[in-house]
Amino acid sequence: MSTVNRPLSPHLQVYKPQLTSMMSITHRATGVALTVGTLLLVYWLSAAAMGPAAYADAARVLSSKLGQLILFVWTWALFYHLCNGIRHLYWDMGRGLDLESVYRSGKITLGASVGLTLVTWIIAAP
Amino acid sequence: MKLLRSPLSLVRGLGSAKDGYEHWWMQRVTAVAMVPLVVWLLIGLIGLSGASHAEVVQWVGHPFNSGMMVLFLLAMFYHAALGLQVVIEDYVHDEPVKLASLLGMKFVLALLAVIAVVAVLRITLFAVMSDFGG
Repeated sequence: MSTVNRPLSPHLQVYKPQLTSMMSITHRATGVALTVGTLLLVYWLSAAAMGPAAYADAARVLSSKLGQLILFVWTWALFYHLCNGIRHLYWDMGRGLDLESVYRSGKITLGASVGLTLVTWIIAAP
Repeated sequence: MKLLRSPLSLVRGLGSAKDGYEHWWMQRVTAVAMVPLVVWLLIGLIGLSGASHAEVVQWVGHPFNSGMMVLFLLAMFYHAALGLQVVIEDYVHDEPVKLASLLGMKFVLALLAVIAVVAVLRITLFAVMSDFGG
């Protein structure tokens, strides 16, 4: 077995971006972003646990323009990671792995993540 | 390039420590668990948008919601630690830095998880106090 001439992992600089590879790295990026985003959930729960005054401060921060923008992006990242995670679980069962299915489920995942984000914010809008 | 070392000697010691499957499997277990938990959380948070402190305490303090929240927090922080571990292992190649990053990441996530769970418990105490006129 030669270990010298075997195929190497994709070299990003020479590979054309494709829906599949871009969605793969986006899954990882949203995972990291959502982990950072847990700070928001911990902040919100801690504020509620400290009492009405602390909660009012947190609510003001989260309902500010910047707070709302971060929450909007957080919502999309969560839906993307949820939908694409279900896509991964489907693959783990050995299904939908041919090229056509992979592209179809990719487009469905992208559409669903955007659609669910908009629906959530339309329902939650004050 | 001609290698003088045999293929076996190149991979010896770099292979599985026999816990790789556990990592992969628990990532899937927590992922499956979080599908209903995330749907529950989002529905709850949508209902709480613009809510007062008393309303948040009442919702989080409900036994079903407290239980779901703690389950979500445990599954989510476990899932996050497994995921970030792979990211760090993929991109950090310096061994001491990698070890420090892995330890730091796990300590921070453990701290956040415990803070969040304690906060949920404290909110349930608020809920009990308001139920019994404390």
